[in-house]
Amino acid sequence: MENKYLVNIENERLSFFTPAGEVKALNDVSFKMKEGEVLGIVGESGSGKSVTAYSIMGLTAYPGRLVGGTIEFNGHHINDMSEKEFREIRGNEVSIIFQDPMTSLNPVYTVGNQIEEVIRLHTNKNKHEAKERAKDLLALVGINEPEKRLKQYPHELSGGMRQRVMIAIALACEPKLLIADEPTTALDVTIQAQILELMMDLREKLGMAIIMITHDLGIVASMCEKIAVMYAGKIVEYGTTDDIFYNPKHEYTKGLIKSIPRLDAKEHERLVPIEGTPVDMLNPPAGCPFAPRCDSCMKICLREMPPVTFFGDVHYTQCWLNQKEEFEGKAPEESAVEKGKEASNE
Amino acid sequence: MSNYLLEVERLQKHFPVRGSVLGKSKHMVQALDDLTFGIKKGETLGMVGESGCGKTTAGRTILRLHEPTGGRIVYDGETIFDKEKKIAAKMLPYRKKMQIVFQDPYASLDPRMTVGDIVGEPIDIHKLCESKQDRYDKIIGLLERVGLNSEHANRYPHEFSGGQRQRVGIARALAVDPEFIVCDEPISALDVSIQAQVINMFEDLQEQMNLTYLFIAHDLSVVKHISDRIVVMYLGRMVELADSYELTMHSLHPYTRSLVSAIPIADPIEARKSKRIILEGDVPSPINPPSGCRFRTRCPYADEQCAQEVPEFKEVSSGHFVACHHLDRVK
Repeated sequence: MENKYLVNIENERLSFFTPAGEVKALNDVSFKMKEGEVLGIVGESGSGKSVTAYSIMGLTAYPGRLVGGTIEFNGHHINDMSEKEFREIRGNEVSIIFQDPMTSLNPVYTVGNQIEEVIRLHTNKNKHEAKERAKDLLALVGINEPEKRLKQYPHELSGGMRQRVMIAIALACEPKLLIADEPTTALDVTIQAQILELMMDLREKLGMAIIMITHDLGIVASMCEKIAVMYAGKIVEYGTTDDIFYNPKHEYTKGLIKSIPRLDAKEHERLVPIEGTPVDMLNPPAGCPFAPRCDSCMKICLREMPPVTFFGDVHYTQCWLNQKEEFEGKAPEESAVEKGKEASNE
Repeated sequence: MSNYLLEVERLQKHFPVRGSVLGKSKHMVQALDDLTFGIKKGETLGMVGESGCGKTTAGRTILRLHEPTGGRIVYDGETIFDKEKKIAAKMLPYRKKMQIVFQDPYASLDPRMTVGDIVGEPIDIHKLCESKQDRYDKIIGLLERVGLNSEHANRYPHEFSGGQRQRVGIARALAVDPEFIVCDEPISALDVSIQAQVINMFEDLQEQMNLTYLFIAHDLSVVKHISDRIVVMYLGRMVELADSYELTMHSLHPYTRSLVSAIPIADPIEARKSKRIILEGDVPSPINPPSGCRFRTRCPYADEQCAQEVPEFKEVSSGHFVACHHLDRVK
């Protein structure tokens, strides 16, 4: 049977076996992605957003190991691929942009060298053709005077320029999937706007799928079609961008949206923070990992992990509250509104 | 007599660039030029700008952690620095009134001191407590004030999360009962869900202790939330200063406008509607800043006049200051 999904992850479990004990970095993570789709993964540091994306490329570093579930990417079964096979697909079918462009470019090679390396490894272009291609790529990512830039070293370029070079390297072989791991966190807002604009332009031109890993809800709101909200190694809520922003079902998602200050607020509103601190992944709580910080925590939340509740085809969460609503036959929207009122009264 | 708690006038800080091993340095990094503003008692003045625009230098120069290379600083009616009149007051008494919270809570706490000692250090320096018991009580009081408790006093910084460490940094700043605090990007190293906690705490403390803040950050939406007025910096100069709502909603300077539009809006429908003003290029080097208006190399309205003259920082409506030659054309 033809697999129509570009990425299909089912019940992925991934652990880091540290001297202090097993850290369950990913716990039953499942999602699917179609070709050309833009998925945003949001969450705090340590929530497992990068690990999820890296595992698609087989970039799980020791002492991390996949302990369960299946990952399929573009017809490949990632679980049982060898390092050699990974080398075939990395850069070719899937590539990545890292957060800090200074540390991910090699300081002792010229920019041209690093772009041409990828092209020559994955295609049978000769030296001259590779150089031409590199020049085209730099022009594509909006770098002027590509001829001159090819001969420069990374330290001669600004942060925004370096990130453009990274994007050029990532796109050298026109991958089907581009993983962007916080690509703009190290950049200033005006440069961030340039890079995001560029990524959306390129997606239109080349039609690749993008996984956008970020902690900035603003970025996913403007760029992504689907959003996965991660907390403590789980996708606690998944849905279309509109689902997540206008009809959030998980208490963590609601908390996140409420806790960011809005630029267009007329009067001074007090922020509603999520109290407490992120989970200690070495000793996670027995039930829902968010329970200790959740305002609507019930007894069952502390004991058992909630099952998945679906709202429509795409949108799902893992929260006992949604189960309860279903169980009591209450319309979920209504009770959400009530809860919102209660919160504001407090 | 002005009613400002802190006033700075044409404050300037240039750093020498190290030249060759023997030669004297010829170049200067013009980190800060012509900074002029006042902060009223109990007010929060926000300061935004991109990296390298001089906002951290401004905060530190005001506290004279960097010695200014020009200008004047007046605190509570007393001149603490004046280049022309060659006044440079001893800072120790003022350190009790002016404090700072640093950006990186991982780097600003000594890893070999317990949290209790970190918070207690300013108390010892200024000899604020007579007996050991007094000192202990004061430390516990401070920790509780920032949402920690007495058992945290004997622990070391590495045992705390980023948010908790920042609370320790704040407790240390509060130890001397200051009037004025420079908050130098105090939340940019924290996770999103923790940022809101710390922002709320800053607001609570301000109310309880009648504090005055200079709140420095690169995130305009955070600055807008916490500040009464905002000053926007670009390459060491002020470009716009106004009431925070006025500045974000009716900004006049082309740089402020692009800054406001560049912020990703956490609302999909609004985000689809909004039109970003994308600036070309990068921030030029402060060693060799553009002549005239420093923004002109990236400004869509720039012309000959912008290259010739430095635009005057003038009041266009009540409390709204802008430095631009072409306000009539910027629409």
